[in-house]
Amino acid sequence: MLEILLDATVRAGTPILFATLGAIINERAGIINLGIEGLMLIGALSGFAATFSSGSLLLGVVSAFVAAFIAGSIHALITVQLRGNQIVSGLALTMFGIGVTALFGRGVVGQTIDGFERHAVPLLSQLPVVGKAFFNQNGLIYFSFLLVAFIWFFFYHTRWGLNLRTIGENPAAADACGIAVNRYRFLAVACGSGLVGIGGAYLSLASTPMWIENMTAGRGWIAVALVIFASWSSVRALFGAYLFGGITAMQLRFQAMGTTVSAHVLQMLPYVFTIVVLVISTIRLQKGASQQPENLGLPYDREDRK
Amino acid sequence: MPKLLQLQHIRKTFPGVVALDDVSFSIAAGEIHTLLGENGAGKSTLMNVLTGFYAPDSGSLQLDGQSVRFSSPRDSLALGIGMVHQHFMLVAAHSVLENILVALQGVPLLFPRRQLRSKIEQTIDEFGIDLDLDAPVWQLSIGAQQWIELIKLLMRDCRLLILDEPTAVLTPQEADKLFQVLQRLKQQGKSIIFISHKMREVMEISDRVTILKKGRSVTTLEAGEFNQNKLAALMIGGDKIPEWQKSLPFSDELVLEIENLAVRNDRGLADLDNFNLQLKKGEILGIAGIAGNGQKALAEALTGLTRVESGRVLAAGEDITRSCARSSYIAGIAHIPEDRKAIGIVPDLSLDENLILKNFRAKRFRHGVFQSRSAIRNNAIEKVDQFAIKAGPQGSPVRLLSGGNIQKVIIARELSEQPVVLIALYPTRGLDIGSAEYVHKVIAEGAGNGMSTILISEDLDELYKICDRIAVIFRGRLIGYVDPANASREQIGLMMSGEVSA
Amino acid sequence: MSLQFRVEKREQGSALFRTLATSASVLGALFVAGFLLLSAGVNPAAAYMEILREALGSTYGISETLVKATPLIITGLAVSVAFRMQIWNIGAEGQIYMGACGATWVALFSGLEAPLILPAMFAAAFVAGGLWASVAGLLRARWQVNEVIVTLLMNYIAILLADYLIYGPWKNPDGYNFPLTAQFSDAARLSEYFNTRLHSGFFLALFCALAVYLLMERTIWGYQIKAIGSNQAAARYAGMKTGLAIFLVLTLSGAIAGVAGFSEVAGLQHRLQHGLSPGYGYTAIIIAWLARRSALGVIIVSLLMGILLVGGDSLQLSWQLPVAFAYAFQGLILFFLLASDFFINFRLRRVKEDADA
Repeated sequence: MLEILLDATVRAGTPILFATLGAIINERAGIINLGIEGLMLIGALSGFAATFSSGSLLLGVVSAFVAAFIAGSIHALITVQLRGNQIVSGLALTMFGIGVTALFGRGVVGQTIDGFERHAVPLLSQLPVVGKAFFNQNGLIYFSFLLVAFIWFFFYHTRWGLNLRTIGENPAAADACGIAVNRYRFLAVACGSGLVGIGGAYLSLASTPMWIENMTAGRGWIAVALVIFASWSSVRALFGAYLFGGITAMQLRFQAMGTTVSAHVLQMLPYVFTIVVLVISTIRLQKGASQQPENLGLPYDREDRK
Repeated sequence: MPKLLQLQHIRKTFPGVVALDDVSFSIAAGEIHTLLGENGAGKSTLMNVLTGFYAPDSGSLQLDGQSVRFSSPRDSLALGIGMVHQHFMLVAAHSVLENILVALQGVPLLFPRRQLRSKIEQTIDEFGIDLDLDAPVWQLSIGAQQWIELIKLLMRDCRLLILDEPTAVLTPQEADKLFQVLQRLKQQGKSIIFISHKMREVMEISDRVTILKKGRSVTTLEAGEFNQNKLAALMIGGDKIPEWQKSLPFSDELVLEIENLAVRNDRGLADLDNFNLQLKKGEILGIAGIAGNGQKALAEALTGLTRVESGRVLAAGEDITRSCARSSYIAGIAHIPEDRKAIGIVPDLSLDENLILKNFRAKRFRHGVFQSRSAIRNNAIEKVDQFAIKAGPQGSPVRLLSGGNIQKVIIARELSEQPVVLIALYPTRGLDIGSAEYVHKVIAEGAGNGMSTILISEDLDELYKICDRIAVIFRGRLIGYVDPANASREQIGLMMSGEVSA
Repeated sequence: MSLQFRVEKREQGSALFRTLATSASVLGALFVAGFLLLSAGVNPAAAYMEILREALGSTYGISETLVKATPLIITGLAVSVAFRMQIWNIGAEGQIYMGACGATWVALFSGLEAPLILPAMFAAAFVAGGLWASVAGLLRARWQVNEVIVTLLMNYIAILLADYLIYGPWKNPDGYNFPLTAQFSDAARLSEYFNTRLHSGFFLALFCALAVYLLMERTIWGYQIKAIGSNQAAARYAGMKTGLAIFLVLTLSGAIAGVAGFSEVAGLQHRLQHGLSPGYGYTAIIIAWLARRSALGVIIVSLLMGILLVGGDSLQLSWQLPVAFAYAFQGLILFFLLASDFFINFRLRRVKEDADA
């Protein structure tokens, strides 16, 4: 029972994890991205379409990354180069994503593919309780583990990571050190968006191997909230995503067991839960030393007079 | 001496402002060249052009005789030009080490931390600086933060170092230490541009001095050609400074008493500690001190913007520290804030609307919940006339006005309700001499009508000019009062560094 | 020699330039959307003509445009009130649903009769929408919790809540198990005009615009909202209670959006059903942004969006275009608007090589 629940937790949490990681990379560079929901849809559709026409799951994941990278570049262009309002641009990206995927998804509605399958990791999958849940999963889930570790290493042990963190905190300081602020920001937004796209592709290639219009159902917004819960750390994002996955898994389990509680009420749980988590982590953020990048949401203009 | 860098005919404008207008000067290898000028003369703007932060509208730069153009700070750094900005370019949340690492050049993607660390420590030791590499920057004093900025430049091996008012945040001892380091760098053949308006320092350290005034370079003098009086005359130039009949009569009646006031900042450090002050009716009381010694906390505590930790504030003998009366009393305190644009104005609203910001609830400006447009308009017409504000087109946002006019808007608003007390923080900073003169006149006139003023300034000339008494603040404590008629600048200087009490 | 440009801040551009830039962004969005249509196998010129013909080519078309514009005007006003204070109410969609639920409860279960029932429905919708938004208002005012995320997540909850009622306790017992409530009585319906679906909700919307205009431009409350929106620190320094204002304004914003829910169920649908709003609450964000702070602007932009929605419905039938395509178009408009903002606020200047080097 616990094993099954844990397994469902990881599976429900992984798309959110990818999206949260992508959003963290955006925000570490100082750019708020509210287009996560739209980017996930773009990733989900292009991933599905590519796999459907080529039969290759790898190609699906890559094209999800590329499509979301390109869509994210619009947000990057507007917020970084053109110094536009980050909130409006992100909302526009979400709307654009919903509309465009509805339009182009018409062709593949109702089609199915062979989605990602489980591959047990030798030895590790034999571990009691956690073995099956974490090490008898599909390749994308293993990739997400690596990504969490890689992003942590990137931020704290590489020069590019330090530069990026500096930009998010104080772009003028980075500029004074000769770091190309706009180039870093653009790439961070675009690459982060690409990861969000992979999160979307997880839905259409692994969770339910098909394309359904608006299939993300608000997961992108949950990811945006989890960034704050995760204090902009990839490792904490893993916990946040699984916490959310756990609630979703439990809610599905309740429905499967045939409780008398309305399915609609049960479906509210993840959203209610996310708001509660957001409130708690925001309050905690204000009490302790804030982890929030200091210049989050502000455009950088070198010639702005202080 | 061979010229390292030459600037010719630099011009730089911002919307509505000519910041630099035909500035030329040059710097030789191994010299300490001081840029001298009043606030708003264009010193920082010029240096921002030199470091690639601002692109000049016209003019040329030559380095080693080669014409260069900087499109970003990256370009100027690559040629060995580094700057310690007045607003430090540090990440408060990062450690000292991270702040230095990010400035290093030619470091591999995966940095060899241990090796770099020992290299940094070596430099720190070489100059005898005391710095904990692992401390987060926000915990450090402003003086220590400035050392980090300097180390960043030293690690990059800059040929030309620019220091923008470095001594404003240092005690005299720390400043001496800085001068030793600068002399050493000079011996190593590095060039230094030093920005200051403190005459003593300029005399002590400069090989040459270039004077800037209102965005123009006035002249350049070699060591031996200048003395303090000559520099001051050049800096202020042909502007007439009218003599004030100071020492307006003021009574001994106390309007405000501060007893043992303590204020902590959001990091829990004491900004004000056991601070005492007495303000008399009709007096202009100057507060002298090095920036960051509690001036801002004092103003904020009196105007209700920050919480008082302990101590008492008495208004006309009545304790108002925590009583309900405080908020209504605060309403009677006028405040000219340090950061005009941050809390002084509502930038997107019009001049008319900004002028009623504090008393928009007054009966004469409304009929019930509806605003009386004609009354608001008439108020603006009256104030524009009375305070000589150069207003833009009616209804346009106030942020489009110049700095001097924004300051006048704030003063017009703050003084409109005949306040009992005025607290002015650096009210003439960044203003041209005419506007500054006007501000002084308004304060003096207010004093004549019985208003008491606390004037916080780092400009001793200003304090000497209009204050009846000067109180000196150091590390959040009152060091003592002096009478500007009798006290020497040296005496006040020593008090500002906490060495002598009155 | 490479061409180099640098970006320079502009002094405030002229009103004409702003209007031109805004119009150019709409045209740009139409142009790019044309390519999207083309790649989906639809002739854009024919599609745009059809939109205009359907929305404006007949009395019925015009009445439908006004019908669509009604909830857009009301929610657009709701969002713009909060915008003026730099508060983002992305939750108008959910607030419409809550307002509709409140009105429906009064219509079906309160037992009120003719003269009272409509005002009571209005009040219930106003309160329900306001209460819903006040949660985000409280969290934002008290703990600075990001209102964008909270209002947005609450949309999902509101829609699920409405679904729960429609599928559960409020389901019409005589409705053959369809997820619908019973129809409202005639007393609980707004009057209709000219034998079309145009109902008095439209005039309610115009009245709301007038009320919001007076609030924002003429009262001391509006003055405070604008001051806080422009510079919160200065407003606090001037003695305004910014936290309370944030709470009240978000609540008011939600209450206005709730009125749109009332207008939809009482004027148009006469019952609560799934899919009550096809995303009016999201379109409202664009309307508020496009209208740039003016209540009159909200009306004009809403009418334009109404044309788009009526035309879009027709495209859905004739070309099998998904309804959500309107979102893509709206997203494009926003992108182009943001880009045009850049050219309004900055100018590009070619960097000259110096001759005297």
